[in-house]
Amino acid sequence: MHLIACPWCGPREETEFSYGGQAHVPYPEHPASLTDEQWAHFVFFRDNPKGPFAERWVHTVGCRRWFTAVRDTRTHRFLSVDPLAGTPGPTREAAP
Amino acid sequence: MADRTLAPAHPLASRRTTLTALSDELTGVLSLELENPVAAVDLRVDPRGDGPAAVAAAVGGPLPARPDSWTALPAGVALRLGPDEWLLTDAVARAEDWEFHVDEAAAAHGGTAVDVSAQRTTLRVRGPAARELLSSGCAIDLRPASFPHGRCAQTLLGQAAVLLVAHEIDDLQLLVRTSFAGYVADWLVDAATEFRPGFRPGFRPEPQPQPGLRPQPSRGTP
Repeated sequence: MHLIACPWCGPREETEFSYGGQAHVPYPEHPASLTDEQWAHFVFFRDNPKGPFAERWVHTVGCRRWFTAVRDTRTHRFLSVDPLAGTPGPTREAAP
Repeated sequence: MADRTLAPAHPLASRRTTLTALSDELTGVLSLELENPVAAVDLRVDPRGDGPAAVAAAVGGPLPARPDSWTALPAGVALRLGPDEWLLTDAVARAEDWEFHVDEAAAAHGGTAVDVSAQRTTLRVRGPAARELLSSGCAIDLRPASFPHGRCAQTLLGQAAVLLVAHEIDDLQLLVRTSFAGYVADWLVDAATEFRPGFRPGFRPEPQPQPGLRPQPSRGTP
């Protein structure tokens, strides 16, 4: 059993979460001016580092909130979890 | 002419007999009960503003401030489902009235309340074996010290997403999506087998030979 610390619900089993791929992939600033190759890079091409990797995860069966996690791809250890910037609501620690 | 009125039926009506029989057999150990449907709304409002306080004043009870916790309302409960999401129930009001009442208070603060009465159905698990039964299919720590009165949790029971509500040490509520309720009820009945009198771990009854079928020829040792 591998525990992932949801920013809201706290540590929960990995099976409660879904994976959302690489984080911080910006939408093209001028989508209309992109070539097919540039589109393909935006849609399909992702980093595949050996080491810390910033990813999106969602706590599917819990609070259903997306968050950003930095995971070490060599050890599968989660180095940090952070709620998405700009989403309503506090974190677990700062609940009103 | 036949009466074509749609009578509301409990989503687990077909399991009622099974659950009652099991509870009778396990008197003093475990009881599984179906709870009557209640009016429920899903409240979304920004927790940083005055919205939660305004809703709390309108429904007559405080909204839970901490994650994974619940508070009692005059005729129901308020469960915190997420940073900006609550589930508010009321056993007395009509669903439409309850939705309107909460939505009116929330809308003034940019929030919204939606009727979700038909979304979930409720099972009550009582008895000294209640927590042991649930923990056989649930990964969160259900011991009374870490899951005391006032806690709730959205998690997996077996393969189904459920909302567990802790009332007392031997009294828990289990809210489950209606379409998964049959699976969860069957899972609970199956998991309760080990509490039945005369249960022997690992015992498998010998398969009875069926009449009219020739015995399968032995294939020898593989």
